[in-house]
Amino acid sequence: MKDFTELKKQLSGLEDKLKKYREVLLANLVMIGEIPAPTGHEEKRIQFILNRFDEAGLTDSSIDDAGNGVGVLSGKESENALLINAHADTIFDTKTDHTMQVASKEIMGPGVADNALGLAALVTLPYILEDLKIELKNDLVLLAGVKSLGRGNLEGIRFFLENNKFDIKNAICVEGIQLGRLSYSSIGMLRGEITCRVPETYDWSRFGDASAILTLNEVINKINDIRLPKRPRTSIVMGSIIGGSSFNTIARDATLGFEVRSESQEVVEKAGETISDIVLEVSSKTGDQVELDIFAKRTPGGIPYSHTLTKCARSVMETLDIEPRLAPSISELSALIDHEIPALTLGITVGEQTFKSNETIQLEPIYKGMAQLIGTILAVDGGYCE
Amino acid sequence: MSNLQNWIDKNTYHHSEFWDLKKLVEAKKKKNLTISLCLPTLNEEKTIGKELIIFRSELMERYPLIDEIAVIDSGSDDKTLEVAKNFGADTYLASDILPNLEPKRGKGENLWKAIYQLKGDIIVYVDADISNIHPRFVYGLVAPLIYRDEVKYVKAFYDRPLAFSGNVRPSGGGRVTEILVRPLFSLFFPDLTAIIQPLSGEYAVRREVLDQIAFPIGYGVETSHLIDVYHKFGLEAFAQTDLDKRVHENKPTQALGKMAFGILQTFIKRAKALGVFEKAEHETILRQFQAKRDQYEQNLIEIIEEERPPMIEIEEYRKKFKK
Repeated sequence: MKDFTELKKQLSGLEDKLKKYREVLLANLVMIGEIPAPTGHEEKRIQFILNRFDEAGLTDSSIDDAGNGVGVLSGKESENALLINAHADTIFDTKTDHTMQVASKEIMGPGVADNALGLAALVTLPYILEDLKIELKNDLVLLAGVKSLGRGNLEGIRFFLENNKFDIKNAICVEGIQLGRLSYSSIGMLRGEITCRVPETYDWSRFGDASAILTLNEVINKINDIRLPKRPRTSIVMGSIIGGSSFNTIARDATLGFEVRSESQEVVEKAGETISDIVLEVSSKTGDQVELDIFAKRTPGGIPYSHTLTKCARSVMETLDIEPRLAPSISELSALIDHEIPALTLGITVGEQTFKSNETIQLEPIYKGMAQLIGTILAVDGGYCE
Repeated sequence: MSNLQNWIDKNTYHHSEFWDLKKLVEAKKKKNLTISLCLPTLNEEKTIGKELIIFRSELMERYPLIDEIAVIDSGSDDKTLEVAKNFGADTYLASDILPNLEPKRGKGENLWKAIYQLKGDIIVYVDADISNIHPRFVYGLVAPLIYRDEVKYVKAFYDRPLAFSGNVRPSGGGRVTEILVRPLFSLFFPDLTAIIQPLSGEYAVRREVLDQIAFPIGYGVETSHLIDVYHKFGLEAFAQTDLDKRVHENKPTQALGKMAFGILQTFIKRAKALGVFEKAEHETILRQFQAKRDQYEQNLIEIIEEERPPMIEIEEYRKKFKK
């Protein structure tokens, strides 16, 4: 690997220099964050991002057939490309009040961390690089990807990776939080919903002894009883539950949202099969309709800890006094891994109340987070990661 | 077409007409104008930070349209000034400006003192309680002043409901405008009914106009501006810009009553001074607004309040009851 002395010089003082762009970055954050973008309905947010790319003079920017916003900052040599990706969708629907509240040290609002800040970093990058007179050798491809979360199942980035014309050698996924995260591998995952329905022909004389919630409860108990190995590490997340309509009526339907996560693909598949058996068993035992819908899968993979890209990112973090926290990811990184593109996920600042309408991010660490992003870009572009 | 309709067509803009900020900044430079933005505040910590970030980023850093941003505060007891300072605004307590004058407390006081404190040839006033803040709140108002020398005072109005069935929709201002100010203007200053939202708190004005007019310190400031500027410079000095939607907290009816009372005092003072009450015939046409697609037009409604005399004056009555 190339000696880091030159890069360290470039990084010295960068964090302070970035303070100058506070208003531009935060204005982008607020304006992006206030445009609702539930998965599958990101058009307005993408249009705003495209306008920003246009204003920054990215001549090749466009919205692709999947609805992704793509901007290209051409490099001097333009041989290879580095992809910077931030997902554009949020878990909040259009009816949620998307007003962002700006205080002296923090900004609060739905989706501010996940992923308005990631997007703000993405759209502000060309402005900052130009103003700092940083010219890259390689093309920087900026992707605001749609349909990433939940049932979206990374549709946007997958479409882009299958159809783009660039020679992408490396990629960085940008998330609003948490600063210090360093994800370079994906774990195996299977995401689905189990829906229980009391049939229309249900015999109501069976007073109170059946309800979709009770049936779902049976399913949950059985899933909870699945024996999971300690190695490879595996877990089943029961993430959400919706059911019933009032205090005094029997619930007609109930839905569980769950995710199986494991370092081993085999274990994920086995757990999936067990859940499928549980669903059939409970369905036949209760006579209720129980359905399993698996709509997202990830296969484990990624680059090793010792990969030059990971090493590079760790050196940049070390230079900036950021403590790296290694954690696997199931986000867009997986799609990149599937395409065998060495990739990382980085966070920009620290935050809390994630996925709630009072999601909050801290402002001060943002400069460090941005310095880390720019530093990693410079490292990749400067050939430090080869 | 009436003269008033001509004025409306010629002087009513939509902010989207001024989207090209690069062009606007060039025109401003060419005319050698300076622009100051004044945000009058009283306990606005929740919204002031966002306004400052957006204005500084979009209208100072990216497009140098405004030359200074000042927050003039009436004595907030929350963190308004701390947040404002933190986001780079020049912050002032209204009472610290012109300290030799007896301090008064009210939004009009802050707006008036801004003329002394700020340097711009144009001052644009934007309320600090707007939660859907956007750069259009400033460029939509200053653009007519930059492009047209004869325009001196640009008022904001807000419209464009997202969904409306049918071709024609009622338009205009809030409750105090439609119940108090529009009927008063229809009676005594019919030309001023061409201003769609006379009470909107956002406007951009040339310094040479601002230093010529008095400022009520309370609720009457917008009404008095319209009457005074109209009296001194005529309707041609005005323009108005549609800034789309403005989201802010709705005021309860009691607060509107206070507002209406203040406005009435200001109005009566001016109407008396200008002798409009003494006019033998006053108008009987109420001028409201309606919008057809993007066109605004006045809806003239003749309302003649006829009266019957006391019954005692009627002969038949007196005969019947032997009075």
